[in-house]
Amino acid sequence: MKSLLPVGIAMLVLGLLQLLLGGSPYVVYLSLLVGVNVILAVSLNIVNGLTGQFSIGHAGFMAVGAYLSAALSLTLKDYKVGFLPGAVSDQLFFIVSLLAGGTGAALCGFLVGLPSLRLKGDYLAIVTLGFGEIILVALRNTEGLGGALGLSGTPQYTSFFMVWFWVFLVVLFARRLLASPHGRSLVAIREDEVAAESMGVDTTAYKVRAFVVSSFFAGVAGALFSHFQSIITPGDSFSFVKSMEIVVMVVAGGLGSTTGAVIAAVVLTLLPEGMRALFISLGGDNAALAQSIDQLRKPIFGLLLVLMMLTRPQGLFGTHEVWDLLKRKKGATA
Amino acid sequence: MYELIQHLINGLASGTIYALVALGYTMVYGVLKLINFAHGDVMMVGVYVGYAVAFTLGKEHLGSVWSALLIFAVAMSACAALGFLIERFAYRPLRDKPRLTALITAIGISFAISYGFQFDVHGTIGGHELTLLPGAAARRFPEIIRPTQWLVLGDDDVIIWNWQVISFGIALSLMGALQYLVFRTRFGKAMRAVSHDHRVAALMGIPVDTIIAFTFMLGSALAAGAGILYAIKDKSIQPLMGVMVGLKAFVAAVIGGIGNLPGAVVGALLLGLCEEAVVGYGATALIPLLVLFLGVVAFEQWRRGGDRSKQVAVAGAQLTALLGFGWLIRNVNGSTWRDAVAFGFLIVVLLARPEGLFGRVQAEKV
Repeated sequence: MKSLLPVGIAMLVLGLLQLLLGGSPYVVYLSLLVGVNVILAVSLNIVNGLTGQFSIGHAGFMAVGAYLSAALSLTLKDYKVGFLPGAVSDQLFFIVSLLAGGTGAALCGFLVGLPSLRLKGDYLAIVTLGFGEIILVALRNTEGLGGALGLSGTPQYTSFFMVWFWVFLVVLFARRLLASPHGRSLVAIREDEVAAESMGVDTTAYKVRAFVVSSFFAGVAGALFSHFQSIITPGDSFSFVKSMEIVVMVVAGGLGSTTGAVIAAVVLTLLPEGMRALFISLGGDNAALAQSIDQLRKPIFGLLLVLMMLTRPQGLFGTHEVWDLLKRKKGATA
Repeated sequence: MYELIQHLINGLASGTIYALVALGYTMVYGVLKLINFAHGDVMMVGVYVGYAVAFTLGKEHLGSVWSALLIFAVAMSACAALGFLIERFAYRPLRDKPRLTALITAIGISFAISYGFQFDVHGTIGGHELTLLPGAAARRFPEIIRPTQWLVLGDDDVIIWNWQVISFGIALSLMGALQYLVFRTRFGKAMRAVSHDHRVAALMGIPVDTIIAFTFMLGSALAAGAGILYAIKDKSIQPLMGVMVGLKAFVAAVIGGIGNLPGAVVGALLLGLCEEAVVGYGATALIPLLVLFLGVVAFEQWRRGGDRSKQVAVAGAQLTALLGFGWLIRNVNGSTWRDAVAFGFLIVVLLARPEGLFGRVQAEKV
């Protein structure tokens, strides 16, 4: 029963926050964006950070989840569970389509992971990238999912509570995973694959499992994303650029540090948004300037990666968590 | 029949351009064991340098052999310099770090270059309007080689353009030259030594830094040449053009066995032909090719001996999976799926024969 306590507390806190934020649509929108990116970063950290593999196709899994759940919600839109009030029934269907999106993405993760995780480092990177591209090409050419124009009209079910509850779940999962025998096997693979294998760790099986779990959460993040965007297109939201954004978050936070991924995701999402808001508020309607800020983001992400690798390749926190640093400081003073 | 010949020619023409880019990839991978993700973007920079030179020369001077040579020379040397800078300041400090670090850096550089070029930055120096960064809009590449029909078969059924012949010739001769450089010269011997083990090579008195820097410059210059050939073929250029070409060339290098020069060329030509086959005859055109490929792999394993029943089972499963897949995609229109071909091909090759067509399996050193 003790293990359920944090879940209860989280639900209570999030419910209260939801009530507090209700009046400000822009803040809610930003918080949804931040939450989705946090889920993506933390889930990618399971593969790239804990297991030491290098996946750069995370947006592909996100796309699978987003499209699958959006299509499901669109077909289920007109149905209701008879004895429940409308909103509750909607949320119930929403949860079903979230899980469906996550499961679809996990299945893709399994299909990609099973063959390709026998490969090392750079080969794996290129296969995940290829997977992401294939997904985009497939989406662009599937008329039933809107093709290149995108899928619109998805019911707007996503709420602050739902997104941040999933954030809570993925962080909790990552923490518990790290403390479990599974997690220790993953870390062993990261540190030295040959040694891990010779100690009896079934490296391929563990890597595939990490991949599946990570893609599941990416799919859920995509599903959450598609239910607060009025339209999802295969062009911008799920492209290679998106995958790289997530990689930058994980690398900047420190490969292997869950709190690092959370902090980096929050900062790197709010920074461009905040800068854009600042410029708009300063210069009135200087839309061109705001747009060039948005453009500036991509090359700056690239440079940030290079500088990070040259000066601090372990990222902000390395493989440590925030509280590890606090502990060390206490130890030093004592 | 004519249609088939035309498709073959088109496939070979795009394949030769992939081949030139793939040669650079494979060389850099050979000495550094690094996938230089920025290679395609270096190529794009080369194209823009060529564009700037052609623009400065003016329309009336274009079309002659000398102006074309000048454009190639300037673009190639500019890219060699860029390659040197990237190697010196981004990759060299990371050489003894884990390989993942260098890979992330490479991706970062690729991003910075390709998206940095999307800015539109003008300046005026001494009364001259100068474009420092070109901006995101696509531009039309000037005709630096005047396109003429080199050979026409039938009633305009098959057209071979002069630039197709020129690029094919350039690719083949460069491959020959590189093969000579790597296997017949002192410098090539040093390159191979660095590729084998750069620490021991340094102990033997080989200037490792110089060798790696020179390899990088050579690869980048090749990319610039390939880029201009690509721009002549495609006629339109934009800052993100390098990303897809670079990735496809990498796939070609992996198919041929990365680190192997003739392998890169063969892989690139194969890839070009496969893409053209899909465009011309639909996605199912790939299935016989894949069956052939897997058949060759299975035959080789059969010759090596081992568990016969398991081999038969694996081959049968692969064949069934492929035929099932072929049935699934039987109605798919090929031309829109062109970009997916390379990655699908890559996944199949990595599954069946991760070392590539001509690569050798290397035992992992502990």
